[in-house]
Amino acid sequence: MTHPMSPPAGGVPPAPGAEKPAPPPEGRRTAPRTAFARLDVRTLSLLGVLAALVVAGGVTRPEAFLDVDNLRLVLTQASVIGVVTVGMTFVITAGGIDLSVGAIVALASVWATTVATQEFGFAGILFTSVVVGLGCGLVNGALIAYGAMVPFIATLAMFASARGLALLITEGRTQRVTVDGVLDLGSRDAYVLGVPPLVLVFAAVTAVGWLLLNRTTFGRRTVAVGGNAEAARLAGIDVRRQRLYLYLLSGLCCGIAAFMLVVLSGSGQNTNGNLYELDAIAAAIIGGTLLTGGRGTIVGSVLGVLIFTTITNIFALNNLQSDVQQIAKGAIIVAAVLVQRRTVRNELA
Amino acid sequence: MPDLTSRRGLLFGTAAVSAGALLAGCTSNEKDEGNTGSSQQPAADDKPGKAVTIGFAGPQADHGWLNAINEQARARAGKYADVTLDITEGSNDTATQIGQIETLINKKVDVLVILPADGAALTQTGLKAMRAGIPVVNLDRVFSSPQAFRCWVGGDNYGMGLNAGHYIGEKLKDTPDAKVVELAGLDNLELTRQRTKGFDDALKNYPNIKKVARQAADFTVESGQAKMAQLLQAQSAFDALWNHDDDQGVGALRAIDQAGRDDFLMVGGAGALSAFEAIKADDGVLKATVLYPPTMAASAIDLARALGQGKGVSGLAEFEIPSQVTAYSAVVDKSNVDQYMPIGFD
Repeated sequence: MTHPMSPPAGGVPPAPGAEKPAPPPEGRRTAPRTAFARLDVRTLSLLGVLAALVVAGGVTRPEAFLDVDNLRLVLTQASVIGVVTVGMTFVITAGGIDLSVGAIVALASVWATTVATQEFGFAGILFTSVVVGLGCGLVNGALIAYGAMVPFIATLAMFASARGLALLITEGRTQRVTVDGVLDLGSRDAYVLGVPPLVLVFAAVTAVGWLLLNRTTFGRRTVAVGGNAEAARLAGIDVRRQRLYLYLLSGLCCGIAAFMLVVLSGSGQNTNGNLYELDAIAAAIIGGTLLTGGRGTIVGSVLGVLIFTTITNIFALNNLQSDVQQIAKGAIIVAAVLVQRRTVRNELA
Repeated sequence: MPDLTSRRGLLFGTAAVSAGALLAGCTSNEKDEGNTGSSQQPAADDKPGKAVTIGFAGPQADHGWLNAINEQARARAGKYADVTLDITEGSNDTATQIGQIETLINKKVDVLVILPADGAALTQTGLKAMRAGIPVVNLDRVFSSPQAFRCWVGGDNYGMGLNAGHYIGEKLKDTPDAKVVELAGLDNLELTRQRTKGFDDALKNYPNIKKVARQAADFTVESGQAKMAQLLQAQSAFDALWNHDDDQGVGALRAIDQAGRDDFLMVGGAGALSAFEAIKADDGVLKATVLYPPTMAASAIDLARALGQGKGVSGLAEFEIPSQVTAYSAVVDKSNVDQYMPIGFD
């Protein structure tokens, strides 16, 4: 398994463990237990922050905050950026970064809502969102893996061009969706057992992401590449192909998120996905994914997203203005990371 | 005009009193606004005169309103046989825009119409044009120095808030303990604060009305949906909503629809075509919108033409064109929406 070999130092050990043949038999017996113990500390501290927020919301606005509709609201608002963050977590775990996620969401949502695309109805919009996301991910991945470009630069270039192309397509106009099937998916009537479809998609992407990272060879390779790419290469992992797949995965998540955003807002606009890259990175880092690579946690990332969304929700319910919101958000990021680091350090000591 | 603390406000102070008074009378008349503004209407003085070349430089048309600005300018210039419009590719980059304007100066156009991406950053360029003997009509985003333009034409953000507040106030004046909610635009911008101040000042006239919540979105559909959803959750019942911007209003209406709420009246801002259509259809909460009319670009062309021909504006007694023109933020509701339909943007 991959968890135990991710010491904060991010040293060489990961690669051998990530190799398929030897570790599983013994690893499965002993490693997961310590891994879960440590994962629990991290996760628990995040849950603690979330619980504190819930108390704060419950005390300040009990009737509005402690309400099923509000739970749906928070989860729905978290769903789009949540899906993006799952993809981002993989990329960061492998030691990369994807600054283009917001721009890809914008481009995919815009492309999927042109008059021409809308003629193909629900399937056309869904297909276009996903394919545009994948296409951008493919370009990112190819440039980084085979063009040997630094991820920061390659995805920054994608950020600029995808936003530019989105603007070119819309000419700044708001493209409203007229396909009923898509609009209905965002309405109350579409709830499945009281759960909005977007939240279900978020849950499904999270579950698949968790399995992929923690229970598959693909996940182990991702961690190995992030821990020490050279060691991973020597251990027989095709690092370049792995990187290509990871940016494809991030692009796919952006495509799915773009479709979700089209459903949620009933439109496509070139300003969509504004600052998603920063939100997704922040959520992943707060969650416990190492920016230097070698360790990633889907559960942590999702909790990070939920913490952010809950903060926004509590502030809005208490009618606090954007200036206060921004200051407090920054402070809470720092506090969350400090608390988490201290808990983990104590645990290790 | 109410007392403003902004640069725009200061400029009002420096404007000639006579021109100001005349314009105040003129801008408060909705019919006149429609006449001078709408590209559908014949111009007041459309007899061909001296040929004028007008250079037009604007920012990148990255949202509907700016698109409409370009279209209005083009259409208006096209109406006059004696006007040649030299329009640049819009840019949000200050250096690029400076370069474009300097090219227009070198071409020796007769008059410049400039909508700067950033008013303060382009002030020097405005000054340069004026010193080169090319009068500048400054559109909407104002230069830092009044010396950098001959005439300023723009919108009235404070007036938007004021008119929205009065419209809502009149609708709710008989409702005891009425609650109002505000969905503002990007809080970083001075114009958002002016809109909010105007709105608050208007509501002060109605002691039975209380503003219970305000959240700021950022002019995007996505943010409009997100912030409105939160506002609806925060306020289980209210009587009216003012949304600063019709673009983010598309998202706000989506959130209202998703929450299944229809127990209040909504007023928009800016004047998007989708808002006009919703108001005309009258099948939802949106009952009115307050204009920030893109026709000001057409008016800027009119003023630039008059400037180039050395004439005043017909309908005013002045020999010269005014130094300030503030477009009126008319309230468009079902009663007058047809008139404004042609200037709606998407």
